[in-house]
Amino acid sequence: MRNLFAFFAGGLFGAGLFISGMTDTSKVQGWLDVFGDWDPTLAFVMGGAMIPMAIAWILRNRRSTPALGGSFPPAPPQRIDRNLILGSVMFGFGWGLAGLCPGPSVASLSYGGVGHWVFFLAMLAGMAVTPAVRRMLDRQPATA
Amino acid sequence: MEQDWIWGLIGGLLIGTGGAVYLLANGRIMGASGIIGGLVDGSGRDTKWERIAFLAGVFLLPIVIYPVYSSIDTHVTDNWAVLIAAGLLVGVGTRIANGCTSGHGVCGMSRLSLRGFVATIAYIMAGGIGVILFRHLLGVI
Repeated sequence: MRNLFAFFAGGLFGAGLFISGMTDTSKVQGWLDVFGDWDPTLAFVMGGAMIPMAIAWILRNRRSTPALGGSFPPAPPQRIDRNLILGSVMFGFGWGLAGLCPGPSVASLSYGGVGHWVFFLAMLAGMAVTPAVRRMLDRQPATA
Repeated sequence: MEQDWIWGLIGGLLIGTGGAVYLLANGRIMGASGIIGGLVDGSGRDTKWERIAFLAGVFLLPIVIYPVYSSIDTHVTDNWAVLIAAGLLVGVGTRIANGCTSGHGVCGMSRLSLRGFVATIAYIMAGGIGVILFRHLLGVI
């Protein structure tokens, strides 16, 4: 049952990414390119996605456990640390370069062509080496 | 072109509904980088099948609705060096920051998480600077 609902949630996510045009790299780069032909679509996607999600967080507070059992994720840490900023900046550069982020990179694999697989496999490689990168960063004094 | 924002809004509502289902039914945060990353580095071993089921949905649904559209061009670059560099940056960056556009952006900001807002501002600014740098100054994309 958990897997069925996970598949259903993933399906909504994938369909939404496809319909909204977020698997089109030119729309993502068009949003980031404030000096070019600026494309506001991404703001509508983000805004649209936050409406049901905000309602979900309100509903979450009225329940003690998820519908399928288990427990809800703990409250998010509020600490702004170096890794959050450094990682997000690295992610942003990659996002701007290719116009792809993790969700749309999966949603576009079936029809986007070989370039999407190249990006996806490089992303997996990056994720695979991250534990080592993190250990390296943790050895540096946190002055950055 | 003029209707793009409407499709963006409809797609966004679907994305958010997916996140709502994943939270309220499964008790999980819908963050694509975390779901994928946990499979890659083994940290999500205990919830492996739930992650795979989610990603199967993300992968398969576009195939189902794809035939409705006559042609879809994702305008992805054919420069493999750019794709590999970008993929590595996205892979390492999202895992170090513990989230991407879906986790920090959609799920984080909608629960008014400070980390979500800070991360989102950081990656949008870096993405904007990246596009200016790589497109307008260096001309590689």
